[in-house]
Amino acid sequence: MYTSMLLMESGSFTLLAGNCWVLIAFPLLVAALLLLVRMSDSWLYSVGVGGVGVSFGYAVVLFIMMLGEPEPITVQLYTWLSIGDAEVTVSLLIDQLSILFALLVAGIGTLVAIYSVGYLSDEPERRRFFGLLNLFIAAMLLLVLADNYVLLFVGWEAVGLVSYLLIGFWQEKEVAANAAKKAFVMNRVADLGLLSAIAVLLTQIGTVRFTAVAEQLGAVGGSWAGVVGFALLLAACAKSAQVPLQSWLLDAMESPTPASALIHSATMVAAGGYLILRSLPIYMLAPTARLAVLLIGVLTLFGGAWMAATGRDIKRVLACSTTSQLGYLMLAAGLGPVGAVFAVFQLLTHGVIKAGLFLAVGTLTRRVGRSDLQGLGGLVKVLPYTFVAFACGYLATIGVPFLSGFYAKGHIIATAWETIPAFGALAVVGVGLGAFYMTRLLLLTFTGTARWQEAPIGAETSTETGAENRQPLRGSVSMRFSLTVLSLLALGGGLALNGWLPGWLQPVFAAEVSRTGLLYFDWLNYVTLGLLFVVVVGTVIYYRKVTPIWFKAASTADEVALVRIGAAELYADDALQRGVVAPLSTVSARVSWTESEVLENGARHLWRVIGRTSILMRRLQSGNVRTYVLLFVAGTAVLVSAMLLWAWV
Amino acid sequence: MSLSAYLIVSAVLFCIGLAGVLLRRNALVMFMGIELMLNAANLALVTFSEAHAELDGQVAAVFTMVVAATEVVVGLAIIITIFRSKASLNVDDARRLRH
Repeated sequence: MYTSMLLMESGSFTLLAGNCWVLIAFPLLVAALLLLVRMSDSWLYSVGVGGVGVSFGYAVVLFIMMLGEPEPITVQLYTWLSIGDAEVTVSLLIDQLSILFALLVAGIGTLVAIYSVGYLSDEPERRRFFGLLNLFIAAMLLLVLADNYVLLFVGWEAVGLVSYLLIGFWQEKEVAANAAKKAFVMNRVADLGLLSAIAVLLTQIGTVRFTAVAEQLGAVGGSWAGVVGFALLLAACAKSAQVPLQSWLLDAMESPTPASALIHSATMVAAGGYLILRSLPIYMLAPTARLAVLLIGVLTLFGGAWMAATGRDIKRVLACSTTSQLGYLMLAAGLGPVGAVFAVFQLLTHGVIKAGLFLAVGTLTRRVGRSDLQGLGGLVKVLPYTFVAFACGYLATIGVPFLSGFYAKGHIIATAWETIPAFGALAVVGVGLGAFYMTRLLLLTFTGTARWQEAPIGAETSTETGAENRQPLRGSVSMRFSLTVLSLLALGGGLALNGWLPGWLQPVFAAEVSRTGLLYFDWLNYVTLGLLFVVVVGTVIYYRKVTPIWFKAASTADEVALVRIGAAELYADDALQRGVVAPLSTVSARVSWTESEVLENGARHLWRVIGRTSILMRRLQSGNVRTYVLLFVAGTAVLVSAMLLWAWV
Repeated sequence: MSLSAYLIVSAVLFCIGLAGVLLRRNALVMFMGIELMLNAANLALVTFSEAHAELDGQVAAVFTMVVAATEVVVGLAIIITIFRSKASLNVDDARRLRH
């Protein structure tokens, strides 16, 4: 296939696309260079940013050439496994969907890398950070460019590993180390789902290629499609932090903020959504599984918003908001081909917006030295530039007309309303909730009285000694550059994508999308915008007049059940503790008891018996040769007589 | 001559050898008793070989002789070593290989 593609007319595109493994190989090489090879740190920034940047440049060139050439290309690198009829190949798929994701991943990766140059300028371990960042980009690009589930799984595991390493970047902090372990274990749940799906596909139809799976699975029968659908949903839930498996993402905020921006908001957590979108043909065969996707989406949309509305740490609130926004994505993906187009829309715009918000928070925490809302406030005078960047992300998120979030959510709401009106109505309510928690976050962080002191140290420090050396940062050029680009994209991205994306994705999802105009105001939009306006104004008035009750005392706030449950993050940790950890601890305690009491004691008794017997037996070892001979002869005589007796009887 | 005559001779030789090993204390005499028992077995093997008109028994007898020869080498070496250390051939004096 590879060679035949090369012989086609449009030489340069096929040549570039045929060598698209460079996209993955280059950051991987840089990661190896930074993590494994000793070299001078003077090249660190150019190499660290360059690794991602080259990938991004390559992706941009591919994308531009693809604008004129919409044919997807499969590049087969080699055959990995061949078992009977089933064949697993290492091959990459460049189509309209994967190139968009590659652009998103490499683009945000590059901006985050540039930002990190400033953010981590006084971090002694920054070399490890840049190495891991490049490793992540390589893994994530492998995930999105893979043309089959097994290769996707390789990337899936690799991003999970890098996520673990980056959450535990400051591993000497116990919180960070524990959060890393939690994320790692929760990601194993995702593996369970994905591996089950792969196992079913291999046993039932013997292929794992995206393009071949759907039709062959349809031929096998509906129930298997459902099984695969549910298994993939489990995988997506754990990876994309969907309710009820969301708690790891909140703890993952222990990672350095740029890593949170890249991995835990824009790219890796969207991998679950990407999996669902890639498997859309399977879900079209399995209505039950698709309904489950819808339900999980709505549940997460509200669960995430609930947690975000009561969160007490700016990074955790943003993580909850990520969860909630990914709920929109799942909801859209569950709606079918038209919804899938807007799920991609939501994924791209949310990635850009949330990365920008996180980077703004990164600047803020470096300046103020803390990230809990109780200790922020009044930052608009201190950090005007960051405030503007944050406000851009804020406006885009809540869905102010003509900004990214407006188009993404508007389309999803309309599609949901047309398909199942109840879900459409819930999605509208979700916009109201989103407006509330984002407004609350903005007000508590940037307005009001300053509840913080000028901190001499950064919020995130690696060691005690490192903390003393850290200077408060007023925002370096590199940080401002990334913030500016992301803010502009957050503002204008939706407008650019709106008319173009449905047509672009037509070959992938085969969706007939009617609403692509710049303005498509119908009554549903007016309702949404009205709700948005009321909520924002209401929230502003509320926080102008009333000090948030939990500022007075935590106990006062906890009297309100809604606040209590939300602040406890929906009791997900408690549920896990009681439902999984405690039973497992009991079982392992029993196993340990059995091991020590039954097995060890048994062994102890056994050796005692053997020991005593041998003490008795060794009396036979008299050293007297003639006794030995006598015993030997007697024994032989007994044996021979037994044999004779046997023969005689 | 009948088969049983050879076998009786063989059995008698074996018993003499066994008695020598069991009753005497001189290591050399015990050793000779062992040789006697081996040769009694050889006699029985050859007898049966003749009776069955097959060569298996004779082959086994030759094997026994070879083994006996090597055994003599090792056994005599041990006996000489014992004599050197104990200045005696009495096996009851060499009882130190006990628990």
